[in-house]
Amino acid sequence: MNNENTARRGKRGVLDFLMNNVIMISLFVMIVVIAILQPRFMSTRVLRDILIQNSSRMIIACGMSMVLISGGMDLAAGRIVGLAAVMTGSLGQLAEASRRFFPNLPQLPPIVPLLAAIVVCFVFGMLNGVAIAKFSIPPFIVTLGTGMIIWGTNLLYYDLEPNHSQPIGNIQPDIKFMGSGYLFGAVPVIILIAAAVVLVTWFIMKYTPFGRAIYSIGGNRDAAEVCGINVQRTLIWTYAIAAITFAIGGFLECARTNGATAAYGENYEFDAIAACVVGGVSNSGGVGTIPGMVLGVLMFGIINYGLTFLGVQPYWQKIVKGVIILTAVGFDVRKNIRKK
Amino acid sequence: MEQGNYVLEMHGITKEFPGVRALDDVTLKVEPGKVHALMGENGAGKSTLMKCLFGIYQPDAGRIILKGREVRFQSSMEALKSGISMIHQELQPEPYLTVMENLWMGRLPKKGLMVDYRAMYRNTVEELKRLKLDFDPKALVKTLSVSKIQSLEIAKAVSNNANVIIMDEPTSSLTEKEVEYLFGIIEDLRRQGIAIIYISHKMNEIMRIADCVSIMRDGKMIGTWDTRELTIDTIISRMVGRELKEYYPQKHNVPGEVRLRVEDFTSIHPKSFRHVDFELRRGEILGVAGLVGAQRTELFEGIYGIRAHTAGKLTLDGQQIEIRRPIDAIRRRIVLLTEDRKRSGIFPALGVGENIYLRQYDRVSRLGKINYRKCNQIAAEGVKRFSIKSPSLGTPVRSLSGGNQQKVLLARWLMTEPEILILDEPTRGIDVGAKYEIYTIIAQLAAEGKSIVMISSELNELLGMADRIMVMCDGRKTGELSREQFGEEAVMQLATQFE
Repeated sequence: MNNENTARRGKRGVLDFLMNNVIMISLFVMIVVIAILQPRFMSTRVLRDILIQNSSRMIIACGMSMVLISGGMDLAAGRIVGLAAVMTGSLGQLAEASRRFFPNLPQLPPIVPLLAAIVVCFVFGMLNGVAIAKFSIPPFIVTLGTGMIIWGTNLLYYDLEPNHSQPIGNIQPDIKFMGSGYLFGAVPVIILIAAAVVLVTWFIMKYTPFGRAIYSIGGNRDAAEVCGINVQRTLIWTYAIAAITFAIGGFLECARTNGATAAYGENYEFDAIAACVVGGVSNSGGVGTIPGMVLGVLMFGIINYGLTFLGVQPYWQKIVKGVIILTAVGFDVRKNIRKK
Repeated sequence: MEQGNYVLEMHGITKEFPGVRALDDVTLKVEPGKVHALMGENGAGKSTLMKCLFGIYQPDAGRIILKGREVRFQSSMEALKSGISMIHQELQPEPYLTVMENLWMGRLPKKGLMVDYRAMYRNTVEELKRLKLDFDPKALVKTLSVSKIQSLEIAKAVSNNANVIIMDEPTSSLTEKEVEYLFGIIEDLRRQGIAIIYISHKMNEIMRIADCVSIMRDGKMIGTWDTRELTIDTIISRMVGRELKEYYPQKHNVPGEVRLRVEDFTSIHPKSFRHVDFELRRGEILGVAGLVGAQRTELFEGIYGIRAHTAGKLTLDGQQIEIRRPIDAIRRRIVLLTEDRKRSGIFPALGVGENIYLRQYDRVSRLGKINYRKCNQIAAEGVKRFSIKSPSLGTPVRSLSGGNQQKVLLARWLMTEPEILILDEPTRGIDVGAKYEIYTIIAQLAAEGKSIVMISSELNELLGMADRIMVMCDGRKTGELSREQFGEEAVMQLATQFE
């Protein structure tokens, strides 16, 4: 009887391990398959490229995972990224550039556009949080609405005299350095910034009372209330901090591409949500880790790059990504059903 | 009551749920044109019996005979079609549909594929006339008052050719005038030969409206009597007359000075708690009794700062205090173990450990960083002190048994070293062994000088554990009993003192 039980548990243990690590395992399998088909894939240059391409996504996903863990959603994320990119571009141009957004503005130190973008986005994030926490409007609706407001605001700003909705270019080198520069000739700065944001988010979510309050609110809001957690304040800060990560993401997008348009950031929220969910962050709240989210982002990055590397049509890539999202979430839901 | 033709007979109905026998060989016979009251304490089995009749539950044994024919309903739809209707405690019609659509929901008159609104209107006018109801068939349901909605539900039952109508606490949310209106309708139904099974705790109503009374206790049918043979006192004694089955630990607490005084506490909702005064002493266990809907939970959630109140004064150790949100209570070492641990107690996905130490972060953080070593020490101590059975501190709390989850919640609060504990249904849904453990913890806390409020729907538990019992009915405090006055009948008398 006892042996039988142990045997059954052993078998279940293997199955559990497989189920719990579907993402890791399929990531590994994918890398192996791509590497066999195209051995040149396994080079540090490719790895570096993937990391560079996904750095700002990683940063945006940091904020998104906080929001998702709190039981919410931020559909305004992409538009906040776009606003931050345009603000960075307009305030961060070279003094001697031919077409300037503000012709009479002297060249500002790089910290000014960064701070300006962060402050404005932070305020919009706060507004999201207040509408969601104080007025109990569903996050989906609130951020859908504020997303449109932010986009409109961005378009108005982008259309100012004399720019007239022309792409902004000629970003000053100090800002470009953060997006495409290298430290010691080999380490891309943007990867270091992304790593720093990931580390800070991980620390907040794991080691601070604020981070744990986000988990408890996402897991059981009523119980969090009874426990004396200030649910409203925590939620407002969650959306505000998430907006800061989106602002940093937008700043880096502008820095990396040496320019910005009002279309920047479009649909980034869906990429971020997809990466989080595939990385095990539950879209119903309370569950998920930052390392999991990192894996989710990398997985999408590797698929994107790997499929292009193999010469797969972009249309097919979309189908593959869709299938991955459904499978990953399907397994996750199954796992939770079994536990009930 | 011996012979007579019954419209409905239920013979030997038995229903078991995991661990409990909810109905044990229950027999109920109902005559046409009579109002048959069904009475019993909370959990006596009235609702389960009605759910078996209405096809929501399938009985494990027994026969149901309707109009001389044995029936077995797989769903409430089938019961409805055979002529049984139920007016629920909480009515839930569709608010944005019209009166006539609600009346014919599920059986809309049709002309081809289209709904025949003209026929529907005609039929509705006819049905409403039958019950002398005067409202516009095209009015939206959400514009009707509770009592109008109720009469609409009754009209629906009648239009369904119901022979038996079950009314579960139909007057619980009605004003006095509306009750009279309802009784008028019931009178009409009786004349039409429809049998009514009337579930209520309100003795005065039963004495007035019921022709006969069946009393249930602990899942068994005690008997059926003609209302004229009964008095309120005989009903109560038959409802509660049982010996104590559970055992309670020895208590060594000695109530001391008054710690918490509550005066004139009143909710913002007129139907909820109002003008409640009471005191809580050091080292005392104050039991709070009442029927479902007595607003006990609401009162204490109000005191704890979850629900709003308009009036009321709280005095703690002689000083007036203000509790606006739970954290204000927690800082004053007043904690609340909520009634529904799934809804507002546990964090199901978080580990057993975090569920315990989650309230300690202020204490164990340095420079904003949580010290998990200290957290785990606290959790391990809690697990040991309350003998919580869990594979590890990281195990999600949802995979524990109800009793262990409850002990996790007790540990969470007790590790904050509270002085006043409000325990709402602390033993609900847990097995007998775990119950005893929780009683032991409560008795020990009282002996240490903590003040405890114990809200419970199990009267035995209060009689066994409390030093004093405060009884509520319909939002008001209707009395207080000291140990010498304890008795199930005394409590029931106060719990049914409706205005």
